[in-house]
Amino acid sequence: MAQALLEVAEVSKRFGGVIANRNVSLAVPDGGIIGLIGPNGSGKTTLFNSIVGHHPIDGGSIRFEGREISKLRVPEIARLGLLRTFQQTRVYTKMTCLQNMRISVPAREAGFLGMFAPFAPEVDERAEALLEFTGLYAKRHLRAGELSFGQQKLLEFAMALMAEPRLLLLDEPTAGINPTLINGLVERLKRVNADLGITLLVIEHNMRVIMNLAEHIYCLAHGELLAEGPPAAIRHDQRVLDAYLGAH
Amino acid sequence: MSNLQILFQAPVFSLQLLVDGILVGALFALVAYGMALIWGVMGIINVAQGELVMLGGYVTLMLYHAGWSPFLGIPAAAIVLYLVGWALYRTVIWRIVDRDLFISLLATFGLSILIQQLANQAFGANVETARSGLGTISLLGGDLTVSEIKLVAFVAAFVVAGALMAFLRYSRLGQAIRATAQNARAARVLGVDTQRVYATTFALNAAICGAAGALVAMTWIVHPYLGLTYTVRSFMIVVVAGLGNLVGVIVAGLGLGAAETFAGFILGAEAQAAFVFSLLVAILVLRSLLLHRQRKVLR
Amino acid sequence: MPPRLRRILPLAAIAAVAIAAPLLFPAYRTQMALLWVMVIFALTWDVVGGQMGYNSFGNVFFFGVGMYACAIVQRDAGLDYYSGLAAGVALGTVLAVLAAAVIGAGLLGLRGHYFAIGTLGLGIAAAEIAAAWEYVGGGSGLVTPVFPGDIENRTLFYYSLCLAVAVLTFFTLRWLYAGRFGLAINAIRDDEDKAEAMGLRTTRYKTVAWCVSALFLGMTGGLVGNMMGFIDPRDVAFAGATFGVWMVLMAILGGKGTLWGPVIGAVVFHVTQELFWTYLLGWQRVALGLLIVLIVVFFPQGILGWMRERWPERFGHRVEEAPATGRRA
Repeated sequence: MAQALLEVAEVSKRFGGVIANRNVSLAVPDGGIIGLIGPNGSGKTTLFNSIVGHHPIDGGSIRFEGREISKLRVPEIARLGLLRTFQQTRVYTKMTCLQNMRISVPAREAGFLGMFAPFAPEVDERAEALLEFTGLYAKRHLRAGELSFGQQKLLEFAMALMAEPRLLLLDEPTAGINPTLINGLVERLKRVNADLGITLLVIEHNMRVIMNLAEHIYCLAHGELLAEGPPAAIRHDQRVLDAYLGAH
Repeated sequence: MSNLQILFQAPVFSLQLLVDGILVGALFALVAYGMALIWGVMGIINVAQGELVMLGGYVTLMLYHAGWSPFLGIPAAAIVLYLVGWALYRTVIWRIVDRDLFISLLATFGLSILIQQLANQAFGANVETARSGLGTISLLGGDLTVSEIKLVAFVAAFVVAGALMAFLRYSRLGQAIRATAQNARAARVLGVDTQRVYATTFALNAAICGAAGALVAMTWIVHPYLGLTYTVRSFMIVVVAGLGNLVGVIVAGLGLGAAETFAGFILGAEAQAAFVFSLLVAILVLRSLLLHRQRKVLR
Repeated sequence: MPPRLRRILPLAAIAAVAIAAPLLFPAYRTQMALLWVMVIFALTWDVVGGQMGYNSFGNVFFFGVGMYACAIVQRDAGLDYYSGLAAGVALGTVLAVLAAAVIGAGLLGLRGHYFAIGTLGLGIAAAEIAAAWEYVGGGSGLVTPVFPGDIENRTLFYYSLCLAVAVLTFFTLRWLYAGRFGLAINAIRDDEDKAEAMGLRTTRYKTVAWCVSALFLGMTGGLVGNMMGFIDPRDVAFAGATFGVWMVLMAILGGKGTLWGPVIGAVVFHVTQELFWTYLLGWQRVALGLLIVLIVVFFPQGILGWMRERWPERFGHRVEEAPATGRRA
């Protein structure tokens, strides 16, 4: 079996007395779309934060493209091609959308002198193309802070694409989005996966979305891996239903 | 550096410095407590904190020159500065409470310069003390002298801090203040008048600074420019101890007092100010490096 | 008016005034030179403060390093006037940059309040150390060498140098802001955690930004020290209401985070100050404190910021439906 793009093995993380993750393992195959679900407080975002290097982990290993990344810091991991979007959506509010896109150009290639380089015209072409893809082309000269929440989410998504990730971690991409726009977002996610080959790991609370989107789903509860499997299996898994409906 | 040798040759000097340092450190802790209060409740770092102390000192000086006992300065300065604090809140501070940190920092900084220079115009740049008329206690056969007024100031600092703590814990307004500190929005929803809470908190802090200033006037010296050093000291103590850690504030305050006194002796009086500000930078950098290892940031 | 001409015209007008004024009003040359110094102060503060969001109260430290290093080279190196000046300014510049790199390694890891107050401590500690350290003159300061020429030539010489450094600073920053660097430091200002999460080498950008500031500040320090003839450690202090706090105020007044804002703020501030300083008779510093509070509380966006809010389209912030080249989604 081919080595997975991302391998999380027995990862544990505690904050003071609270054990947020205990021996969680998951694997994300190259080119796949993997879902991560679980009730509030189950440790999903903590796991995300561990993967992207936001904090050190207490145990286990995280390998990306075969390389151990658990000791690396956030910018280093990002430069390897592992990016994440934020639940509360973070964009550069005082800069225009186009500027947000420009600065999201992959940071890997720039050497010291690259810091001062002007942007090539291809950068703007790519930025505008991605803005069109997310429906923000007309707003490209507006400051990002003036966009609506949903539009900022799309901008953040476009910026992530601009950075040419290998693996994109999406933290509740449909949260706060108008239900009529959710389908559009899901379609775009599927397209970037199919056309651009970007692997996705998605945290979601919206069951309809994640069942439609993911090919394999992991369910966390109380910091531990509860169940995993294809959507059809997870949908009917009694343990998952119990966890969400609080059977204890 | 010959001063350093003296410390090793005559250890009682070290004891003297330690005692003096701890006594003055209580005042630092008191002012730091006030700064932590405002910081915790309103999210504002009051760069004018030291200037409030300075004003308290001048109130005391004025009483002293008018023939009154400088001890009256403690309540008098507290009352006067309470009113000053209230006025400052209603004119300036309320406008910066919910704004970004740069604005609140720079605004209080502007206030500190304004107050400092007004004092300079009003009182002149001379250095003065309000003599309390108390003597010194001799211990260890005359090798160790403890100035009585410094001892009184030490105790007074704790009394003032204790009074404030009791107020915060047991009075209604005190509870309202603590509730607002934890969650302003929730407190407002529950009927707490946050503007009144903020104004009172700021005024209380000013009163604390006033009382501290009175003690400073009696134990040390007062001049228009003493403010910034007190502000920096308070900030350092709060950074080291952390908000909400009263014991930490006391320990850090006493420790800073001792460190400063030793530094003043070893490096010379002119270098004492340099020591304080350099220590600030050192503490911040050290704290930042320690957090960096856990991939955290001092924010 | 064609756009090319519209951009060049203000620069040309300023150039004309900058060149003519010292010749027409020789008595005011030093004040005019100080105007350019103020412009440099405001611009260099804004790189780290307005553009990058790291509000430094200690930039005057690098100015001081440049000033003192230059004076010491001139005192001890035994060179003739012009060589000594050149060597001094060069060394001052290099040392200032090194200082920024070293101190930045420690302080730039701080955020927000902590960075601001930490740099405040830096600025004041520098003055106190300068006042206590005998090698650099202690409390009595240092004297810089006498200019080999009459006063006419001296004032013109230093005016030209200050103008040159100001121009150099302006165009360097303009070049920096036009490329990746400018957007990177803006990103750090807007959301540093996001910038890190996107892989930006934030530490590197922050350090370089402060070093760029330090470079021009160090250079200017050497010039000002010589222009004044005498270096007083209190000049380097922050609480002394001199250069230190003015930097911040000027940048805010004109509009921080813009290229022209600090320039405008410096001009307005300096001209106002020169006109009114003498009338205030000792209340100048009271007025300064009051001014800070008023500007920060009521006018924090500054002149350019206010204009940008009033006329956003003029600054390019508009909704643009039809693509210029006729491309379609």
